[in-house]
Amino acid sequence: MQRYPLWKGALLAAMLLVAILLALPNFYGESPALQLSRRDRALFDATAITEFEGLLRGAPIPFEKTYVDDDGRLWIRFGGAPDQLKARDLIQGRYEGQFAIATTFASRAPDWLNNLGLEPMSLGLDLRGGIYLVYEVDVQGAVAQLLQRLERDIRKVLRDARVPYEEVTVAGTAMQVRLRDPAQADAATRALRDYDSSLAVTPGTDSGELLVQLTQDQVKQRQDFAIQQNMTALNNRVNALGVAEPVVRRQGLNRIAVQLPGIQDASEVVRVLGKVATLEFRLVDTVNSPLEAQRTGRAPMGARLYKERNGNPVLLKRDVIATGEQLIDASFAPSQGEPAVSVKLDSRGGDEMLRTTRENLGRPMAVVFIEKEREQVERDGQKVVIDRSKEEVISIATIRGVFSNNFQITGLSAAEGSELAKLLRAGALAAPIYIVEQRLIGPSTGQDNIDAGVLALTVAAIFLFAFMILYYRVFGLIADIVLISNVVFIVAVLGLFDAALTLPGIAGIVLTVGTAVDANILIYERIREELGLGNSPWAAINAGFDRAFSAIADSNVTMLMSGIVLFLFGSGPVRGFAVTLCIGIATSMFTALIGSRALIHLAYGRRRRIERLAI
Amino acid sequence: MEFFRRVPTIRFMELRRYWYVLSAVVVLGSIALVMFRGLNLTVDFTGGVEMEVEFAQPVDLERARAALKEAGLEEFQVQNFGTTANDLLVRLPPVERGASQAMADRVLGALRTLDLGVELRRTEAVGPQVSEELAEQAALAVLMTLLLILVYIALRFRWRFGVGSIVATMHDPIVATGAIALLGIPFDLNVVAALLTILGYSVNDTVVIFDRMRERFLTMRKTESAQIMNRAINETMSRTIITSGTALSSVIFLAVLGGDTLRGFAVALAIGIVIGSYSSIYVAGAIALDLGASARDFMPPEKRSEADALP
Repeated sequence: MQRYPLWKGALLAAMLLVAILLALPNFYGESPALQLSRRDRALFDATAITEFEGLLRGAPIPFEKTYVDDDGRLWIRFGGAPDQLKARDLIQGRYEGQFAIATTFASRAPDWLNNLGLEPMSLGLDLRGGIYLVYEVDVQGAVAQLLQRLERDIRKVLRDARVPYEEVTVAGTAMQVRLRDPAQADAATRALRDYDSSLAVTPGTDSGELLVQLTQDQVKQRQDFAIQQNMTALNNRVNALGVAEPVVRRQGLNRIAVQLPGIQDASEVVRVLGKVATLEFRLVDTVNSPLEAQRTGRAPMGARLYKERNGNPVLLKRDVIATGEQLIDASFAPSQGEPAVSVKLDSRGGDEMLRTTRENLGRPMAVVFIEKEREQVERDGQKVVIDRSKEEVISIATIRGVFSNNFQITGLSAAEGSELAKLLRAGALAAPIYIVEQRLIGPSTGQDNIDAGVLALTVAAIFLFAFMILYYRVFGLIADIVLISNVVFIVAVLGLFDAALTLPGIAGIVLTVGTAVDANILIYERIREELGLGNSPWAAINAGFDRAFSAIADSNVTMLMSGIVLFLFGSGPVRGFAVTLCIGIATSMFTALIGSRALIHLAYGRRRRIERLAI
Repeated sequence: MEFFRRVPTIRFMELRRYWYVLSAVVVLGSIALVMFRGLNLTVDFTGGVEMEVEFAQPVDLERARAALKEAGLEEFQVQNFGTTANDLLVRLPPVERGASQAMADRVLGALRTLDLGVELRRTEAVGPQVSEELAEQAALAVLMTLLLILVYIALRFRWRFGVGSIVATMHDPIVATGAIALLGIPFDLNVVAALLTILGYSVNDTVVIFDRMRERFLTMRKTESAQIMNRAINETMSRTIITSGTALSSVIFLAVLGGDTLRGFAVALAIGIVIGSYSSIYVAGAIALDLGASARDFMPPEKRSEADALP
């Protein structure tokens, strides 16, 4: 008789139960669905459900379920893709342009699972279709922009310091300044260091020549800023598209990958994502009433009517203090314990800001976020480009002191602060981005192919299970249970990582299941060998596990390392494969070594003497 | 049930010279096949022609696919597109300059059997899904993987075995790619996934055989190296056959029942499983032996218990 610690068994059982619960939503599958979000950003409520259900019943288009999610988006689930597309056309025809409609999939899992926050794994683009875009951020261009701005600022700083110069030129990541009078080199250096202490100012080869160098840190900071800025902008716009589960991810040094599942119209996406954003700092008109202006539709002299994000009207002065082009950086950081957004302008913007704040202490100032969209339309047979812009006031703050190119916006909550910093960055002079890859991926696999794949896997699994039971009897049954729990664990862990399942990912799972079978076979063959040598059953079991361990460990560690390297160096499909490979190796080692031993103890551990092992 | 009542006594290593020749011929042949005959690259890699068509009524994808197949078109993708269920996007392999109009007419003709009101809205050439850069990155990743395997196996088994294992690990995907070229299997992203899987399977199989060799080198010190290796291979033979047999049966089911998209993947895997089992013995094992693997490799001073030696 061999004892297996009760706590170990209980722990294993608990882990399996949790894994089953986590994996459960995946076994219900998904159905085609429509996801509607309102273009005016308002949320759907319960009345919308009855309205749309009535509309669909009247058509009639059969549907499975309608509900509003936590983000106020309306979901309609259908039995099949034809119904889904018919309904989309119907809704689009009825409510022209009011909603962003995404064709997607919704889980068929029961409500109690959804209420627990458990959702099925998302499927990769290759399995469900959609649009894949890769943008390249022109980081060189971003640095060039910074240098141009620096050039302007240097000229101005020298003029203000009354140091005459012959020329200021850009040379690589440095500025060459040639002074008219070599004797003034010290004065010029001092003025430039006063302006920005982080600049490296060194004498050049000729006397009267100065080199103003950007540090490596500054160059890198500017490049990171350019990428962050574009990512924020893309994120905002992707959300406006109303796509379910969009992915915006930095890829490598200077690329941003955008995945939009379920979307099939590339031209619309490229147009919306290709918007240009900028900012304007303006004073608030505190004299006239914005409500009055809204009612009459006429703004008073010298003012313009804007809307805040919450829809409230606000009047702003016509004169612009500074624009996004002059914004160098905006970051969210708490100052003296209070959330604050630090803003840095270039010297031109700083001068204007200094003048404005000096004259308007105590008055409110606003930041307007402007997004321009360029669209080609056909008008009377001619292609015409029209620019449309959306303007929104994202911040109003009181001027509490006189400041120039460095200031802080306070009085925000932490969430508001980080959102404002993001929007400010998005509106700064944009580093140019280009589309380097654009792929429309259809759910081309087709439902019949998916069904065939599922059938084939089922048959293969049944065959494998039956063989294992025939060949290894009780131990085969144990191996089968272990394999099934292995798959459950893989699915559960994949869900935890929020990883999307792709075809190469499935290949990774297939490989780990294969090696998990191999691990069991190795152990059982070894047990048989040990029995053949005349060992007692328990000695054979223990020796089987111990001796097989080095082979299982070495092969799994080798594969795990391969998986990690493939993950680090690969991208796209190679990465998807690597992720499931690594997860699968971890779970299969765990289940094959620990799980199957526990089950053997469960089957044989209580007997006083084992005459023969059913292996 | 048991396939092997007694441990077989096949003298594998004596025949290794012949298998070297065969392996070399097959590897060179595979490289030549890929270079001269080329891979049957799919739209994923080559790009192609994209056509947007509009039907008068909503159209069923499966019927459109069937109609195109009937017209003798191959390797196309059909998907819904745009904002209504009336629009379809058809992707075709690249055609020669000037032939795209004829191709478009063929597609349109085929679709007209479904709906007379079908119209061609746009046709244009598209780029590949797999950029050259992605391919280069994948190659780098695989290279780094091989290097790491070499180091790990060398640490756990000695360098002779490390060299043997990475030669085998390169051997297998190369031969599998050659077989894919020979059979004309469409080379798509799934086949790339299969090649990675073959790489993993190959490493696993090699390590299992090496593990038994390591054990026998320690217990049968006095015996000749080739005989020790034969013994280890024979002892693991039942495991090799059952593991590769069950894996093979699974991928055969996948190939037969799994539909068109999985067939290439499954056939590539089936080839890889057979080659992977072979190469563990006649590439990895044989090379280690010819590099002078012997009991001395596993003797003290590095006498450590196995558990301690684990990373």
